[in-house]
Amino acid sequence: MTDTTQRRGLPDQPGRVRTPMGLYQRRHLRNQIVIGLSFGATGIGLGWLAVILGTLLFEGVSGLSLKVFTETTPPPGADGGLLNPIVGSLIMTVLAIFIGTPIGILAGTYMAEYGRFSRLTQVVRFINDILLSAPSIVVGLFIYEVMVAPMGHFSGIAGAVALAVLVIPVVVRTTEDMLSLVPKELREAASALGMPLAYVIGKVSYRAARAGIITGILLAVARISGETAPLLFTALNHQFFADFPYLNAPMASLPVVIFQFALSPYHEWQSLAWTGALIITMTVLALSITARALASSRKVA
Amino acid sequence: MPPPGGQPVVDVALQGTPVSQPAVRERVRVLTKLRVTDTAFHLITRAAAIGVLIILGGVILSLFSGALPALREFGLSFVTEQRWNPVTEKFGALAPIYGTVVTSFIAMAIAVPLGLLITLFLTELCPMWLRRPIGIAIELLAGIPSIIYGIWGLFVFAPFLQRTLQPALIDLFGPIPILSDVFAGPPYGIGMLTAGLILAIMVLPFITSVSRDVFEAVPPVLKEAAYGLGCTTYEVVRYVVLPYTRVGVIGGVMLGLGRALGETMAVTFVIGNAHRISSSVLAPGTTISATIANEFTEAVGDLYTSALIALGLILFVITFIVLAAARYLLLRIERRIG
Repeated sequence: MTDTTQRRGLPDQPGRVRTPMGLYQRRHLRNQIVIGLSFGATGIGLGWLAVILGTLLFEGVSGLSLKVFTETTPPPGADGGLLNPIVGSLIMTVLAIFIGTPIGILAGTYMAEYGRFSRLTQVVRFINDILLSAPSIVVGLFIYEVMVAPMGHFSGIAGAVALAVLVIPVVVRTTEDMLSLVPKELREAASALGMPLAYVIGKVSYRAARAGIITGILLAVARISGETAPLLFTALNHQFFADFPYLNAPMASLPVVIFQFALSPYHEWQSLAWTGALIITMTVLALSITARALASSRKVA
Repeated sequence: MPPPGGQPVVDVALQGTPVSQPAVRERVRVLTKLRVTDTAFHLITRAAAIGVLIILGGVILSLFSGALPALREFGLSFVTEQRWNPVTEKFGALAPIYGTVVTSFIAMAIAVPLGLLITLFLTELCPMWLRRPIGIAIELLAGIPSIIYGIWGLFVFAPFLQRTLQPALIDLFGPIPILSDVFAGPPYGIGMLTAGLILAIMVLPFITSVSRDVFEAVPPVLKEAAYGLGCTTYEVVRYVVLPYTRVGVIGGVMLGLGRALGETMAVTFVIGNAHRISSSVLAPGTTISATIANEFTEAVGDLYTSALIALGLILFVITFIVLAAARYLLLRIERRIG
């Protein structure tokens, strides 16, 4: 409706419009309403973030003490800490990064350097983008099928591999993007000196894109450190420190312990769950803010 | 090898000063090493790229092989049957599929308008110096792990809804024929509506960040021309920016939808995990991912496990289609803008 009135509502055709002032006011009013709504929507978005973080601080800080970091998870009704899930999370995250990052960087390198315009690259890019947002619980099922079921028991190493599968797409994506941003003149200059492509990539492209690639790894850490679903049926959980050898046994992790404790009827467990939630959120937010800062400092420079 | 004292290079070459045998060997060795390294690196990176494809193939294959017993047992009735009975080993996935669709629909119905309005604010109204901080704050919503949304939803949001929104909805729509069924029942707090609302917050950043990218790619000339004709901000966005970026916005929405369909932990906390189809959005239900998360480790019997993996396969196929469509649309707008 506005479409036609606007086009026809010119001063030389006053008959088509009720009154020029009326049209004007109507348009103005509609604009004001939409602007108001858009302020409101932003307010809702920001308010929601504030409420969630506020709740976490309120509920989590009260339980925060040295004991959280020095004692293992308690049986119901007793005091304790989160030492074993924290250590378990750290071990699995580090392992996942060690497994996933090299594969991701190499794949991203192929896509940006060797096969930039090849068909394989296009297919891999498409598939990688889908893996990037695929449901993580499906990854958990996948690792259950290929590792847990054949091995016959849940294990920390299966959890780490599941997380590594989530790391790869993030690293592939950022590596490819960052290498694509390296000016081709740099590569041409190096090639003109007689460097084979592998050396051009290693000594020129990687150095130029280093900050970006590190950003990608940080984002990957941020992504997996809060993941719960893929750990549920790979690493499962463990009340205490896993028996030696650690990696071959079920392993506790912060998100899974939060899941278990939050849904339990015991007050002590619930309050530990809040504390764990606070620790995870702060870690993840710190990581993603650092990653952003790294990325933006590179853009400016 | 430096040319001997001051002689022109050509002369040296013509004189044919014999190159010593070891130097030749050295040179061949270095060149071979370079070539081998280069080829090896090329092959390794290529293998890694193919590895990404293998992962996807592995996911599909392993899910399929795991789901096969259940699919063979129940056939097509797996997706049309509602009963889910671990004791008699009769499984039908209709209730989780229904729950997944309903919660995602609620999430998108709320997140799409909200996301577009926030994008409008960030691209047209917000002062420059505030754009970055507000943009980052909205994107941080995506960084919060889903289990945090779950615990927050269960302990804070659900009781809040039970006290305020849900009774209000029941009172408001009670007298209206069809809507009274949609908003029927006691206010439990947890349920499909609560799950949908939490999903809405979780996908909001994805919609905002994609539409922000495409909104900012609109050539300023187009917008300036419209403003020059005296268009209001709303009219510029509605009749210039949105038509230009439609494909990209739809791509962003599909991306968000893909997330909403597969989201697990947040939903598991607040959906109530009831295997039944209820017309009321206030009633507890279940989703595909919540069912898997809740029951997988407790599943006894191969058929039960297989039925859960079949659920995972269905979820993966649905999200794969949605995400592929999203990528395709985004690729199209990328080509047009770039």
